[in-house]
Amino acid sequence: MANEKIEQLRGEILGACNAAADMTALEAVRVAALGKKGSVTGLMKDLSALPPEERKAFGQQVNTLRDEVTAALDAKKAALGDAELDAKLAKERIDISLPVRPEAKGSIHPISQTMDEIAAIFGQMGFEIADGPDIEDDFHNFTALNFPPGHPAREMHDTFFLPENEKGERYLLRTHTSPVQIRTMMSQKPPIRVIIPGRTYRCDYDMTHTPMFHQVELLVIDTETNMSHLRGCLQEFVRTYFGVDDLTTRFRPSFFPFTEPSAEMDIGCSRKGGELKIGNHGDWLEILGCGMVHPNVIKACGLDPNIYQGFAAGMGIERIAMLKYGIPDLRTFFESDLRWLRHYGFAALDVPSVTGGLSR
Amino acid sequence: MKFTLSWLKDHLDTQAGLDEITAKLTAVGLEVEGVENPAKGLEGFIVAHVTEAKQHPNADRLRLCTVDTGTEVLQVVCGAPNARSDLKVVLARPGVVIPISGEVLKKGSIRGVESQGMLCSYRELKLGEDHDGIIELPADAKIGSPVTLVLNLDPVIEINLTPNRVDALGVRGIARDLAAAGLGKLKPLNDAPVAGKLPTSRKIKMGLPAGDAHKCPQFAGRLIRGVKNGESPRWLKDRLTAIGLRAVSVLVDVTQYLTIDLGRPLHAFDDAKLTGDIGARLAKSGEQVAALNGKTYTLDETMVVIADEAAALGIGGIMGGEPSSVTEGTAAVFLESALFDPRNIGATGRKLTLNTDARYAFERGVDPASAVWGIEVATRMILDLCGGEAGEIVVGGAAPEYKRTIAFDPARVKSLGGIEIAEDETKGILERLGFQISGAGSNWSVVPPSWRSDVEAWQDLVEEVLRVHGYDNIPATPLPRAPMPKAVLSPEQRKVAFTRRVLAGRGLNETVTWAFLPSAQANLFRGELPLVTLANPISADLDAMRPSLLPNLITAAGRNAARGMADGALFEVGPRFEGGAPGQQVNMAATLRAGHTTARHWAGTRRPVDAMDAKADAIAVLEAAGLNPIGLQAVAAAPGWYHPGLSGVLKLGNQIVAAFGVIHPRIAKALDVDGPLVACEVFLERIPLPKKKAGAARPLLKASALQPVERDFAFVVDATVAADAVAKVARGAERDLITDVGVFDVYQGVHLGEGQKSVAISVTLQPKDATLTDAEIEGVARKIVAAVEKSCGGKLRA
Repeated sequence: MANEKIEQLRGEILGACNAAADMTALEAVRVAALGKKGSVTGLMKDLSALPPEERKAFGQQVNTLRDEVTAALDAKKAALGDAELDAKLAKERIDISLPVRPEAKGSIHPISQTMDEIAAIFGQMGFEIADGPDIEDDFHNFTALNFPPGHPAREMHDTFFLPENEKGERYLLRTHTSPVQIRTMMSQKPPIRVIIPGRTYRCDYDMTHTPMFHQVELLVIDTETNMSHLRGCLQEFVRTYFGVDDLTTRFRPSFFPFTEPSAEMDIGCSRKGGELKIGNHGDWLEILGCGMVHPNVIKACGLDPNIYQGFAAGMGIERIAMLKYGIPDLRTFFESDLRWLRHYGFAALDVPSVTGGLSR
Repeated sequence: MKFTLSWLKDHLDTQAGLDEITAKLTAVGLEVEGVENPAKGLEGFIVAHVTEAKQHPNADRLRLCTVDTGTEVLQVVCGAPNARSDLKVVLARPGVVIPISGEVLKKGSIRGVESQGMLCSYRELKLGEDHDGIIELPADAKIGSPVTLVLNLDPVIEINLTPNRVDALGVRGIARDLAAAGLGKLKPLNDAPVAGKLPTSRKIKMGLPAGDAHKCPQFAGRLIRGVKNGESPRWLKDRLTAIGLRAVSVLVDVTQYLTIDLGRPLHAFDDAKLTGDIGARLAKSGEQVAALNGKTYTLDETMVVIADEAAALGIGGIMGGEPSSVTEGTAAVFLESALFDPRNIGATGRKLTLNTDARYAFERGVDPASAVWGIEVATRMILDLCGGEAGEIVVGGAAPEYKRTIAFDPARVKSLGGIEIAEDETKGILERLGFQISGAGSNWSVVPPSWRSDVEAWQDLVEEVLRVHGYDNIPATPLPRAPMPKAVLSPEQRKVAFTRRVLAGRGLNETVTWAFLPSAQANLFRGELPLVTLANPISADLDAMRPSLLPNLITAAGRNAARGMADGALFEVGPRFEGGAPGQQVNMAATLRAGHTTARHWAGTRRPVDAMDAKADAIAVLEAAGLNPIGLQAVAAAPGWYHPGLSGVLKLGNQIVAAFGVIHPRIAKALDVDGPLVACEVFLERIPLPKKKAGAARPLLKASALQPVERDFAFVVDATVAADAVAKVARGAERDLITDVGVFDVYQGVHLGEGQKSVAISVTLQPKDATLTDAEIEGVARKIVAAVEKSCGGKLRA
């Protein structure tokens, strides 16, 4: 009799549990079965009315029933929960085509980036960076660099001057980064290996000249460095900078007051179809001026040119940036046009290094 | 410097072709700028014979020519007046490109008659301006042969002469270089004296004071009588025209020719127009010379004139005068061949803004031995071309001493030049260039020739040897280097490099602007700094050195706004100029944000930029440089170009390291730029470099396992009390436990009372050994409240 009752109850409860449509209905099933006044709880009350020899078996059956009902309720609860979440998620939709919140993208100016590339390459060859003032005196910018008195570069026509001061000195805006050669040689003992990037100024403003531009200067002074090292050093530089491993170079005699012998270096290029391409295509492009430091310059710095020798070289930073990155107009470098800065600029984390890649 | 191939070959005996010659010129340092080869494009044109020329049946001005090409007979219609029977002509056949038009010639019909070709004029072949008729070839020209073999087509070579190469001012010097480099042999120059057959009554009278004698050290003159001036012969006119000079008359053309041929400028006076003795003297202040170019120049007393006893005749070494010049009727010519001081010639030329071939030569330095041989060569040429009788040479002054001896060790070629060149080759090169060598072993004595005033030291000799041997033969040897490179950047340079990357990482675009700006703008941004102006600015609005980076950034923002980009953030790292002497510049990082933080967006996160954006930029730079921002003090004391209430400076101790804030609206208006504009300026060099440590190790991280406790406090303080002060005082109340204090709300409202504000802070307590009890937390809270009350007069808000 007792068994039958339990079986019937099991059937009823599991059926109700299964049929429960939502959490509320399921909770009602739980309360009806397992609540204080629930049907399963009620069975335990019957226990005391049973003869002692039946109590144990009956008790076990009721416990089993309660476990079964609890398990069924939990399973149903989980199923209902899933369904409820699915229904909720089904209503949550965004238009994933919408644009993300805008973030400003900064950039590094091509001049800075090119200077960093130059430093990365010459850093591999043991160079350090030296710098000096934009406003210079005649001694460092001209006299010590072996510019003779009356040289046209000393004229107002080519060089920016400040008004003469009360001591009769006439300062100027440096016309090249070479005065830092003098400052370096006068303050540092050889061996010297420095690169000198910086702003330079000349009275010129047209399609291909701006009154301010940037140069990088190289200076090596010791007792052994000769012209073959000059060529080797520059050849390694242009090959690495332009990313052309076998780029050919051509050395031509030239003239600068502060070098002797003086040379100009050309690199291979092509101008076919009006498009300039760096590489070994049979044509030549002048890229920089260089030479062995003039004995008068070494002397002016207090060193003996019969003992110390070395080389100097200089090139325009905008120019090599224009060549490498295909920037057509020099003047645009200084216009601060946001479209230009964003287009030709470089990402903040795009730090050039020889080992990590010079440019992307 | 321009010359023609045949001209070069007057001095150089060579088998080399044009391409070989131009390649060698560049290789020895006489860089070829361009070659005009008139034969180029004329390959298809041939010599033909007009056997018969008849009247065109349908046109009065056209002729119908029967033309024999050697292989066929063609009918050609021609409009030239000189088209006639039995004439050798230049024939273009259908298919060739006519140089003047660049078009392909087609068979055609002219006025109903077929024309199977075209007879060409000089102009149509781009060989000159002559188009009065067709080219008339010599009668012996071979029918059917290419016209390039018959016409005088002399290629013109232009070289870019470096200022040191005074010797290559003349075609002969160029030939000497090529010969030295193995491209043939230098032909001898006939500069033997021409015997003077006339006495010369006119003397040279040097009138320069002792201190200025160097301005014209030597003056040679000569009278040639009985000359017949007139048009120069064709070859002479062709050469002058080819290099862009205008043939005038044979006497003038000889002087023009020798300036280019030998680098020896000369001047020809009409002897009949001279009065008494002639010579060089200083010009009188205000003295005028009517020059050959039709202009009158007013001179000063630093300049040298050539003068006779009556007047100044010409500007010495630069340009002769009109009144004393030779004309067609000149029967007696007085030649001048003088030396002038390069510096004085340069200074005079610049003052007068007068450029001539003579100035070009004298400014660089003419061969000091050339005054006398120059006049001999000129005499011979004039006698050849104009006839006449030469007088004695009269000379004033003397050639300056140019001989010097350079001690030279040939091993220097290897030690400086980096290339092994055999000693006899070194010697051969120098000797072919005109150097005299004596001595042996490592002790050579080298005497440069008169025309090489640029060679002074042994390094110059190395250059000569390398140059002629070929720079391109110098091997490329990598610089010897240490096994591992050192750090390239100094700590200060690293700071600057990092600053750039940090600001770009914050969304700002780096720019580079002029170091100069209008002084009106400099005055707005210089505070106590002096106005540093340029004596010769490139334009009136770039006349002052910038005392701040901001004006250029602000005007750039204005230009960008005008292009439709009102929102933008720029930065620049570079110098500001605090004075006009070397070293009076300091390196700054400056930012400028304009408009809104971002573009408009559907999520609505956009807002106008404000002072705190600029402060954040400043702090980011300072932090990147290694500063702990906790040590910074913000003080409302920004310079006058900032908004007085929306700006401040950041101080480290007593030192201002940065300024930031909203740009003063009056300044923005003066620069004609609409706001909002916020900016910061960081003094990079004032940021102390991080202390050198023994290693890169960081202090050990002490991360507690115990949960931190956060407590909020709101204080009512006087509105003038800085929120930062409240936070700092709270932080100091219990240093062992308080790890962080943040300001999370600032509020001002009527019910707080006039001049009062509420500052809400959040304090983080980090227990060290055991979880804090409520009593302990309460204890800290009391200390905080007491400290804020004591230092800031703050009351805990009810």
